[in-house]
Amino acid sequence: MNTESSPVFLHVENLQKSFGGVQALKGLSFKVSPGIIKAIIGPNGAGKTTLFNVITGVFPPNGGAIALNGMSIEGCKAREIARLGVSRTFQNVEVFGRMTVLENVMVGRHIQSRAGIISTGLRLVGMRREERQIRESAMQHLAFVGLENRATELAANLPLGEQKLLEVARALATDPKILLLDEPAGGLNTRETEGLAALIHRILEQGITVVLVEHDMNLVMDISDEIMVMNFGEKIAEGKPKQIKNDPLVIEAYLGEEVDYSDL
Amino acid sequence: MTKITLTGQLIQYLFTGVTVGSIYAMVAVGFNIIYNVTEIINFAQGEFVMLGGLIMVFFTVTAKLPLPLAFVLTVAAVTGVGALMERFTINPLKNASVLTMIIVTIAVSILFKGIAMFVWGKNPYIFPPFSGSKPLFFFGAAIQTQTLWVLFMTAVMVVLMTIFFKKTRYGKAMLACADNPEAARLVGIRVNVMILISFALSAAIGAVAGAVITPISLMEYDRGALLALKGFGAAVLGGLGSFYGAVVAGIFLGIIESMCAGLVSSGYKDAVALILLLLVLYVRPSGLFGNVEASKIKEF
Amino acid sequence: MQSSNRKALLGLTLFLILFPVVAMNVSAIGHYLDIMIFVGIYCLINMGLSLLMGYAGQISLGHAAFFGLGAYTSGILCTKFAMSPWLAMVAGVGITALVAYIVGVPSLKLKGHYLAMATLGFGVIVHIFFNEEVSLTGGPSGFSDIPGLSILGFSLNSDLSYYILVWFLVLLTLIFSLNVIHSRIGRALRSLHDSELAADAMGVETSRYKVMIFVLSAVYASVAGSLYTHYVGFLSPSSFDFFLSIKLVMMVVVGGMHNIWGALLGTWLLTFLGNEWLHVFHDFDILVYGAILLAVVMFLPDGLVHLVPRMSRVWKRG
Repeated sequence: MNTESSPVFLHVENLQKSFGGVQALKGLSFKVSPGIIKAIIGPNGAGKTTLFNVITGVFPPNGGAIALNGMSIEGCKAREIARLGVSRTFQNVEVFGRMTVLENVMVGRHIQSRAGIISTGLRLVGMRREERQIRESAMQHLAFVGLENRATELAANLPLGEQKLLEVARALATDPKILLLDEPAGGLNTRETEGLAALIHRILEQGITVVLVEHDMNLVMDISDEIMVMNFGEKIAEGKPKQIKNDPLVIEAYLGEEVDYSDL
Repeated sequence: MTKITLTGQLIQYLFTGVTVGSIYAMVAVGFNIIYNVTEIINFAQGEFVMLGGLIMVFFTVTAKLPLPLAFVLTVAAVTGVGALMERFTINPLKNASVLTMIIVTIAVSILFKGIAMFVWGKNPYIFPPFSGSKPLFFFGAAIQTQTLWVLFMTAVMVVLMTIFFKKTRYGKAMLACADNPEAARLVGIRVNVMILISFALSAAIGAVAGAVITPISLMEYDRGALLALKGFGAAVLGGLGSFYGAVVAGIFLGIIESMCAGLVSSGYKDAVALILLLLVLYVRPSGLFGNVEASKIKEF
Repeated sequence: MQSSNRKALLGLTLFLILFPVVAMNVSAIGHYLDIMIFVGIYCLINMGLSLLMGYAGQISLGHAAFFGLGAYTSGILCTKFAMSPWLAMVAGVGITALVAYIVGVPSLKLKGHYLAMATLGFGVIVHIFFNEEVSLTGGPSGFSDIPGLSILGFSLNSDLSYYILVWFLVLLTLIFSLNVIHSRIGRALRSLHDSELAADAMGVETSRYKVMIFVLSAVYASVAGSLYTHYVGFLSPSSFDFFLSIKLVMMVVVGGMHNIWGALLGTWLLTFLGNEWLHVFHDFDILVYGAILLAVVMFLPDGLVHLVPRMSRVWKRG
């Protein structure tokens, strides 16, 4: 897997994104140091998934800059950004349902392989060797997340928890330098969430920086090195877990909605 | 002498263009009505026009019924066909993929075409114009009275549809379905009924178009496909889902096609509309009046 | 290659060898050989269409245009310019590939109904072109006296020799296509079909692959067109109309879209249906086609190949 330890530094500066009349991101700025776990939290509608989508090139921003290791990537297409070492999972699981678990992860190896249509169609020796490597690497990644026994299952038939693991394996297969996880614990039970926490630590040990959007506060407080809090498209707080826990702005952002109901 | 002829010719082309454009406009409106409620593109839309023309021939020429009665019966018959199509082929496939729906409506259009060929054969048919065949003269151009009927019917359709969608309960309910079917269902709108109405209404409009154009340009069993394509082109050009856009774009398309046929080459005139369709799809699929955000381009 | 595909290939080859032996010795079905040549030609087109529709998840309602471009290029270059048929076939592939690329790049940015209509419109434009450019194509009445094919001086003028040529090419193309399916390219195509969002995120060059498979399918169709031209010896635009495009899609859908074997099955079934068993209906075959298409799409959306139990295991692996 990732044996490089070249420093990855994700720098987002004054990022703006609007859809029609709605401003989803209103000038967001933050940094991610290499080798840490950074969590992004905030109430629903804060713009967290939009942030991921803009960073990974699903949408171009309306303003601001994104730099990966000093190189500008704002406005780049998703597939270019993937090749630069940024990989991700999705909030609404986007596995390739009609393909097997193993094939899903093999797609992750796409950018690390090269065979073109001619060598593929004619099944030349180089292509066959590459296929073997792709298959082996994919199996390794499946074993890393603990899904090696499900290799021949159709991805659509997996339960949600395993589909989420599959997405992680697939994302890791691209040999990323930084991994963006969008609500990886969504829909998982306690045991599965503990497994996820352990997995994220294992990923960190491989030298991959992790940024995650999450709602599960226990998980966030447990594993994060840094937390950034968003609300209404802006950053309202950033710091170590202990600081964030006691930050009055954060508490207000989360509890603000509930105050109305409690004086009944 | 030459000056009058050229102006006369141009006016002739203009009227022909507006006439045939009105038909494209009506087909486009039919597309939009169904699309707005279901997001389905009904490939059989052209067949409604074809059936309208041929059934009208049957009622006037074969059954020798008086024109107004024949007209009403024709529209009713084709409306029934549209409703049957929806009940038997669209309704059962509620959760099908976009690709499946495309193939289904294509299959139905082929079926209609085959039935029409079975009943009427391959020859083109005609019936007498609504108010006689003496042409009117207009700045040196000979305009058939039927042309005025086409324009009149188009105008009536525009007015009726506006009233229907803006003022009646059913019309507003249908627009709600288009916007947000889940929410519409939650407030008690029976989406299934709305879908049925959309097909019936589109069929009715198609029938009117077919009935009114046949005395000018005849009608045969396989006219549907090209009409559907051009009508779709008009719908996209005007912005898929936009009612007024469809009307403006349809007439615009008709004029361009007619000018091209008259001034450049008549063999390629069908290609004109299609090339325009491709250009719109490539460059600005939301059309002239459509909302860029709202042009939901569905995946399979 | 996977064993299930290998077995199927073996079975197919066996069938193809036995078929002419039977057909040529039973006079009642002697003409089946001729029909099988057409089956082979359409199979060539439909393998490409299956890759495009079933694996990459796109649609083309205008593939008759590519078939026609290959056919007319071969025909025109051989009759008007006395080119060697094989060279003309290569030229046909070149021209068709270029047209497919030019049309494909903007069209494949579209999805769903828009893509369907764009390809339909393109197909009709090409058909109009065939009809209108009389000096080049002979217009609606077409042109004839197209020479047949010969290999190394050996003239392929018997049904049997042409049958062998066509099906040899089909088998080669089938093996090539199966190789592509079971490779990173095949996986890339299937991934962009299942979730273009995730495929993009994994670095798959989705638009490039869509265009590539579109052009490849056009190339298959062009070769088929050239084979058609030299077999029939005569060309007219009515053979390359919208209805053929629909029939091609039908063959793929009826057989089973998500499986290249389904395309072969559907082509074989519908070609025999059209040429042999629907003769009694004459022109009304379109009624039957419409009904079959409707029935299959409504009740058997995965196609007929799903009914063959052995085949459905092959289907799972595709």
